[in-house]
Amino acid sequence: MKVSIDWLREWVDAGWDTATLAARLTMAGLEVEGIEPACAPFTGIVVGEVVACERHPDADKLTVCTVHDGSAAPLQVVCGAPNVRPGLRSAFARVGAELPGGLRIKRARLRGVESNGMLCSARELGLGEGHAGIIELPAELAVGQDLRAALALDDEVLEINVTPNRGDALSVLGVARDVAALAAAKLAPVPAEPVTAAIKERFEVRLSAPAACPRFAGRVIRGLRADARTPIWMCERLRRAGLRPISPVVDVTNYVMLELGQPMHAYDLRRLHGYIDVRWAREGEELALLDGRTAKLEPDVLVIADAAGPVGVAGIMGGERSGIDEGTTDVFLEVAYFAPDAIAGRARRLGMQTDASQRFERGVDPKLQERALDRATRLMLDIAGGQAGPAVLTQVEAELPRRPSVQLEVARIGRLLGVEVPRHEVEAMLRRLGMQVAGAGETLGVIPPSHRFDVSLPQDVIEEVARLYGYDRIPESDAPMPQVPRPATEQRVARERLALQLADRGYQQAVTYSFVAPAMQRLLDPSGESLALSNPISADLAVMRSSLWPGLVQALIENVRRQQDRVRLFEIGTRFIVTGGALTERQSIAGLAWGRAVPEQWGMPSRETDFFDVKGDVQALFALTGQRDPGYVADALPCLHPGRSARVTGASGTLGWIGELHPDLCRKLELRQPPIVFELDVESSFRAQLPVFIEISRYPQVRRDLAVVVPEAVSFDQIRSVVLAAAAGSLRELRLFDVYRGQGIEPGAKSVALGLILQERSRTLTDADGDAVVAAVIARLRSELGASIRDHA
Amino acid sequence: MQDLESLSARALADIEASTDLAALDAVRVAVLGKKGSLTALLKSLGSLEPEARRTAGQAINGARDAITSALEARRERLESEALAQSLATGAVDVTLPGRGEEQGGLHPVVRTQTRIEEIFRRAGFEIAEGPEVEDDFHNFEALNVPADHPARAMHDTFYFPDGRLLRTHTSPVQIRAMRGSPMPLRIIAPGRVYRCDSDVTHTPMFHQVEGLVVDEGISFANLKAVLRHFVEQFFEKPRDLRFRASYFPFTEPSAEVDIQCVFCDGSGCRVCKQTGWLEVLGCGMVHPNVFRACGVDPERWQGYAFGMGVERLAMLRYSVNDLRLFFENDLRFLQQFNRG
Repeated sequence: MKVSIDWLREWVDAGWDTATLAARLTMAGLEVEGIEPACAPFTGIVVGEVVACERHPDADKLTVCTVHDGSAAPLQVVCGAPNVRPGLRSAFARVGAELPGGLRIKRARLRGVESNGMLCSARELGLGEGHAGIIELPAELAVGQDLRAALALDDEVLEINVTPNRGDALSVLGVARDVAALAAAKLAPVPAEPVTAAIKERFEVRLSAPAACPRFAGRVIRGLRADARTPIWMCERLRRAGLRPISPVVDVTNYVMLELGQPMHAYDLRRLHGYIDVRWAREGEELALLDGRTAKLEPDVLVIADAAGPVGVAGIMGGERSGIDEGTTDVFLEVAYFAPDAIAGRARRLGMQTDASQRFERGVDPKLQERALDRATRLMLDIAGGQAGPAVLTQVEAELPRRPSVQLEVARIGRLLGVEVPRHEVEAMLRRLGMQVAGAGETLGVIPPSHRFDVSLPQDVIEEVARLYGYDRIPESDAPMPQVPRPATEQRVARERLALQLADRGYQQAVTYSFVAPAMQRLLDPSGESLALSNPISADLAVMRSSLWPGLVQALIENVRRQQDRVRLFEIGTRFIVTGGALTERQSIAGLAWGRAVPEQWGMPSRETDFFDVKGDVQALFALTGQRDPGYVADALPCLHPGRSARVTGASGTLGWIGELHPDLCRKLELRQPPIVFELDVESSFRAQLPVFIEISRYPQVRRDLAVVVPEAVSFDQIRSVVLAAAAGSLRELRLFDVYRGQGIEPGAKSVALGLILQERSRTLTDADGDAVVAAVIARLRSELGASIRDHA
Repeated sequence: MQDLESLSARALADIEASTDLAALDAVRVAVLGKKGSLTALLKSLGSLEPEARRTAGQAINGARDAITSALEARRERLESEALAQSLATGAVDVTLPGRGEEQGGLHPVVRTQTRIEEIFRRAGFEIAEGPEVEDDFHNFEALNVPADHPARAMHDTFYFPDGRLLRTHTSPVQIRAMRGSPMPLRIIAPGRVYRCDSDVTHTPMFHQVEGLVVDEGISFANLKAVLRHFVEQFFEKPRDLRFRASYFPFTEPSAEVDIQCVFCDGSGCRVCKQTGWLEVLGCGMVHPNVFRACGVDPERWQGYAFGMGVERLAMLRYSVNDLRLFFENDLRFLQQFNRG
């Protein structure tokens, strides 16, 4: 909300400069987000009077004027404005004046006629949008007076961020109340001079939904001059508050709303039928709005209706049918109190958040209506003449909001804030905020003023005390530390450790959005169900990821586009898995490697990353658990190469997947090389086995190597199982040191070179022992896997 | 003894003339070996009279010692020459780069979040987590934000067709913690949060760390202390903090916390928009309605809660000037955070 400091000073003068005022308000919860000058800088502009006008001899649209600027001789000035006329007072830029933006006014010739200055439009001075003509100043302003002084332009405007609990502060008066309380300064009273009725006419008001609208002040005003103009001082105040002047009646309602915080509405009396009824909307009702749209009204929307149907959405926006226009002379003014819960949420739902709805849903002072009505009436009559009818108050007393006394145990203030505030200070501060304070014992009874909607609990009162006392005066003090230490588990591998493991193996951690493009998700997980957002921010971020791969693959594509030739990425995050409509969230660790196996360099041959490079990284993760290696079962997801991918399995079932991205998919994604990807479920994969010490053998180890030729279809897992079974207890380690195909090996077979490290715990192995183990291994490889022996040593 | 002198002189000369270890060893064998010349002399001692044997023995032993030490000296010399030679030919270009994988690294937001967690862990906080797809109760209702509350406009929420939503803050984790465990409580809740907002300073997903401490007699003064400790540890320098009255539906009293600008130390710069202050945290004392929604007796327990944006802190800590960089996963950006 924008608040002019000059306007604020009319209500309270704390004796603070602008910086202090802004700082104090900010600290007390009315955050000043900006301080702007009320008007752009300019110099040399005065109130000038057009004394005479003549048509320019050589230009139809130009007028040659004689302007009196307060100096001895009148000046000849050429002006292009349509509204220039003798007797008009306007803003006159003398020769030498500097306009906003730095334009300097010089003596000039316009189509051969000398011009000694310029008459200015509102836009040229940064005083509004008006550019149709020059500014029309009131006749009371003294000719020759500096315009900045005449219009009090050296004002500043505070941009205040009012939090949703502080509806009471959405007005100059409201901010002034806080300033007065903070500075212990005097607040000007709200004018309460009733306007005497000049006519007797009334307009009937019915309150059919008294809980939603228990109070309605209304008045008929007739005979307003249709040609009346809003005075420049009011236009200026509206402008500084960020509103555009429209017409005297609308401007006055806005002005009073800005000043007192009471929104109000003026209806064209000619267009109202019979009576006004404040009621809930009826099924199927619609309303054409002032802004040209049509609102469908649901039965929980409060409306203002007349005998012919709705004329406005209560507290939010008026209807088009009964709106004010240029011809309006007779109006009915509505100044109502609407309960916040009858307004809240509707504006947002209808997509029409207005200055009025903002105030009503936060709470408007239920005692303000008559004074606001009188204030508005007085201003309208002053500006546009007319005759006012009596102010008519319709109310259902039982439904007016109550402000029950809040019982505050004094000691609680110190307990909650951690500082003892003397009781007399507490009481004084609360009174400065307009609260009634009673009680002499341990407990205070505090009744908040009618404009405060946010004080109903002891904690609310304590916050008010803290606000006025100053948060900065509350000391810092350390709470005692609990003695029970936090758990420090070795039962699982910490996510941080997994991340570092991959980082140390050359992977860069990514953080991708949890919502992904549906198309990418379908490419990678064609059969899976996706959880779709109702209101995605864009079509590319519309479904919750069922795997981290869509995000990582997208990141790969973008990095390739940025000319990266080697990409290794991983991410740890949540997968959103939908099965049969039920959602499970699983923590997942996934990675992707693309490009060279090692960074391009002189010392190692260059080759592309393959399945086994990434399997090594996956094994390095599992190595942290101390568990036995998981199984890698040849299997594929639709997005993976059917011959180069594996399901990773553990005791609890599938732990994850690793594989080369399907070549068809790579073609669709325009990747020249397939990335190798993996994804593992964090919770089921990384339970850690506590290390258990095993006695180290004191006897030497013996190594025996053998090369066996087996059919291609025999997997290493099969070979290993056979070797393990055959070698029994003395095999300490099995090393695979070569897999060879080609010359010397018949097609469809491969040679596998194994190193057997043998050792016993209780004795030295002899050559004969070694030979026996090798013989047993060879025999079983032959019989079980059809292996032939190529070599052994 | 003429023999001995000439033998000894020749041996010493031969030693000196040896140019490699093999030649030197040949000299040793020829003189001191089983059939060596000096050995032969020693063997001949047996034929002498005891007196003469002693004198001759002393002379031969003296000559043997001299030859032995000359051999040793020459060997050392030749060995060091050989080593020097092999070192000279075996030199490598030490400026060639080393082999192997290059270092990867953690994402700056994760790194920052981990650091925040670590600081609070040391202060006795436990880490709590919860689902990212939440229901209205945990994300709003229990936090004293009923439907149609104006504060809902502060959160642009992502919804699912069944009414569930993506959590807009990690506060629902606090609700779950309070409903699920006995008091006292001392937790932080880090994680991803979502708001339907995207521009230069907003991304639809970001990270928060929220903290909650509930105990008997926990006060606003304790809150002020813990946040100062945190900020000073996080930025590794003393900082002024400014607590401003503010509003959150779930705390009362509530405060926004500004810290003395970490770039200009408060004198005013572009980052702090010349104010000297940076807004980094929101906090307050847990609202009694929140306690009630969690079945915690607000007459007995008091608590504070705070929340911070991880990206914001990462930007300040590592001088990142554009929030969106965090989610572009550009390797050229990510690799800048691999040190330390």
